[in-house]
Amino acid sequence: MIEIKEIRKSFGRLEVLKGFDFSLSEGKITAVLGPNGSGKTTLIKSILGLVIPSGGEIFFDGKPIYKDWEYRRRIGYLPQIAKFPENLKVKELFKLIEDIRGEKGNSEPLIERFSLDSFLNKKLRQLSGGTRQKVNIVLTFMFECPVYILDEPTTGLDPIALIRFKDLILERKEQGITFLVTTHIMNLVEELADELMFLLEGQVYFRGTHSEMKEAQQEENLERAIAKILEKEYAENS
Amino acid sequence: MLKILKYSFFDLIRSRWSIIYFLFYFITGMVLLYLSHDVSKAIVSLMNITFILTPLIGTIFGVMNFYNSREFIELLLAQPVPRKRIFLGMFLGISISLSLSLLLGMSLPFIIYGLFLSGQVMSLLILITSGVFLTFIFTALAFYIALVNENRLKGFGMAILVWLFMAFIYDGIFLLSLFLLQEYPIEKFAIAMSLFNPIDLSRILIMLKLDISALMGYTGAVFSKFFGNNSGMLISFLALTIWTVVPVLLILKKSFKKDF
Amino acid sequence: MAIENAQPFDTIVVSPGRYVEYDIQIDKPLYIIGIDHPVIDGDHKSEIVTIMSDSVLFKGFQVQNVGLSYIKDWAGIKIDNRDYCIIEDNILLDTYFGIYLKKSDHIVIRNNYLKSVAKNEVNSGNGIHLWYCEDILIEKNQITGHRDGIYFEFVEKSRIIENISEGNLRYGLHFMFSNHDDYIGNTFKNNGTGVAVMYSEFILMKNNNFVDNWGTANYGLLFKEIYDGELSGNKFQNNTTAIFADGSNRIKIINNEFRSNGWAMNIFGNCMDNEIAYNNFISNTFDLTTNSSRNRNDYHDNYWDQYAGYDLDKDGIGDVPYRPVRLFSYLIGKIPEAIILLRSFFIDMINMAEKVAPVLTPQSLLDERPRMKLNIYD
Repeated sequence: MIEIKEIRKSFGRLEVLKGFDFSLSEGKITAVLGPNGSGKTTLIKSILGLVIPSGGEIFFDGKPIYKDWEYRRRIGYLPQIAKFPENLKVKELFKLIEDIRGEKGNSEPLIERFSLDSFLNKKLRQLSGGTRQKVNIVLTFMFECPVYILDEPTTGLDPIALIRFKDLILERKEQGITFLVTTHIMNLVEELADELMFLLEGQVYFRGTHSEMKEAQQEENLERAIAKILEKEYAENS
Repeated sequence: MLKILKYSFFDLIRSRWSIIYFLFYFITGMVLLYLSHDVSKAIVSLMNITFILTPLIGTIFGVMNFYNSREFIELLLAQPVPRKRIFLGMFLGISISLSLSLLLGMSLPFIIYGLFLSGQVMSLLILITSGVFLTFIFTALAFYIALVNENRLKGFGMAILVWLFMAFIYDGIFLLSLFLLQEYPIEKFAIAMSLFNPIDLSRILIMLKLDISALMGYTGAVFSKFFGNNSGMLISFLALTIWTVVPVLLILKKSFKKDF
Repeated sequence: MAIENAQPFDTIVVSPGRYVEYDIQIDKPLYIIGIDHPVIDGDHKSEIVTIMSDSVLFKGFQVQNVGLSYIKDWAGIKIDNRDYCIIEDNILLDTYFGIYLKKSDHIVIRNNYLKSVAKNEVNSGNGIHLWYCEDILIEKNQITGHRDGIYFEFVEKSRIIENISEGNLRYGLHFMFSNHDDYIGNTFKNNGTGVAVMYSEFILMKNNNFVDNWGTANYGLLFKEIYDGELSGNKFQNNTTAIFADGSNRIKIINNEFRSNGWAMNIFGNCMDNEIAYNNFISNTFDLTTNSSRNRNDYHDNYWDQYAGYDLDKDGIGDVPYRPVRLFSYLIGKIPEAIILLRSFFIDMINMAEKVAPVLTPQSLLDERPRMKLNIYD
């Protein structure tokens, strides 16, 4: 599905991704973890073609993505900060994206699920952060894709919306959909993720399941396991 | 691309700025015509305004629109749409909507006043055409500058500087170099200098159409001969076209490399 | 023809028709009158009518097709060294020279229509050509398509009244070494240059129209080395340069209107003691230019439409002087190629700066009494 070979990316002098391989396990939820600046978002954006890697290659279904764009039809992307043209109404935004993709999305069940009915005729700039994130989710999931990439998907969601969102992901996973998720919320990782990938300073520090992670760090709790990695790192650096 | 163009176009055309821009030209044109009662005078006065304002508005809208649409751009980039369609679509959307304001705002007063009786249709046509060219050129330049500069303030400053250079400083350098080189035959040099600035080029094209060429005396006859005949006209419009195409190509080239 | 048989002071009446004839010599005082413009066709062979006697009236003919000679000045009608003749109501078509007066005095040339098709200055003659003449009246003629419409060389005390000189290659009216002449109420339209006054004194130029003398080297009125003239009540419209003055002194330029010209006036630095007053300057690209940084002429009480001063004491005269020379017109004088920058933003700006603080343009060239409103003439 998604294959990455020797990926590198520098912004000026700063080397964000230092050349690693990675392939996404099909039908599973993979969580990308790591401290701020470890390269999570850069990795995701590279896959989506938003960031052009300085080296290495990315394949989608065996084909390199460089200068390709059709493959994005098969990736649903939920960006970290929902950025929209502020003057549009929610309804118009859905319509616009449908128009641009040239396909009809299935938004009604999602609108219902996240109780967005009353917001459809509001302009995006009038919405609260949480509501924007719901709009963002609907916009992503209204098109059916074999892969979804979610960047900090739960930001700003209230508890009810959060539960409904998790249900949504699990439902889709049942259908054999693949997920790549970044998050800082360890609960979410423990609840949802099948696999972990821990990025540190532009390298894959760890790849495996929860239990493998805990085992490796000799910790009972995932959060602590991660904290331990980071502490080690700090100690080495100082 | 057409979808993005359409969106970008309607987004701008519905905004009050397009209407203000249209009204500005409309009212100015009306006032000039009904005060002077002289179509050719009105065209000259309108020309003075157009060649400062059109590039400035193109510049401002190009930069502002790009920075204000960053969210939209990022949303689009994650969609199955090639990059060049996004940027070309947005650029054309702005340019066309600005050009439409210009076209209507400028031609309506003359149509109401009765342009077709005056025999100055050609001059107005050249004025509008070069106004449209300048809109495209300066929007493209501004768009490119915004694309290169992440920092809004820096991008905005740079775009304004480019406008100021073309609209003002360039002519100062032009005059100075004519002064320094006056011992040599400089007509050809002057023609070349004017081809390198789209604002100068547009201005000269209209002046020659308005028969101000005779003011230019013996030296002017050389300019007149160059710009006045069909091949000169063709070269001038070719130069304007190159001025439009090059920044667009730069935009496309940059858009392939840029990270978002 | 009848001339041979006629007695002096007979009247010969010629009936309508077409007569192919040339070298007709009128050698006695006769009244020769054509009815319905009988055509005398010279068939491009030679001169057509030569008047070799005093007191001849030649009236009502159509004289056409004079021969072309580079040695002799063949004309449609020539008066050679004779006085007191009247040439009236004739039509002259395709004559090399139209009416040619040589050392003749007290002649009237009235109400003739002269048309030729001059293509270049070398192969063409003048419409009405005068050489060493005195007391001539040239009135209500219409002259077109010649080299010069009317040409004066060593002509004294003559009057040119209400003629129309249009579409002539070089000058509509041309004075050389001629003094004490008047031209009043004429129209000079679409000539190379409307009127050229050269090396002449005491010329009165009044109530004429100078229109559409437009082109790279064209002027409405050209002065070259002239003294003590008066130019008043004239209208200059759509000329590339309305008045061009080189070495001209003591001329009164008053009560004229300059409208929509490229340059209203180009006064060279070698012009002195001219008075430019009570004129109206309206919609000219440039009002005034000069090639000198000194001013020796007097400008006052003109109306300049580009004057932006104020009149606090409401006496109709602006409280701040007006500087009619723009920096740009001065620059063009130095670098003609700079005209390519005409109407650019940069030029507008430096003009404005120069207006506020003059550096290059003549300091002393100003109108101390600029009028707030148009000067009104009767």
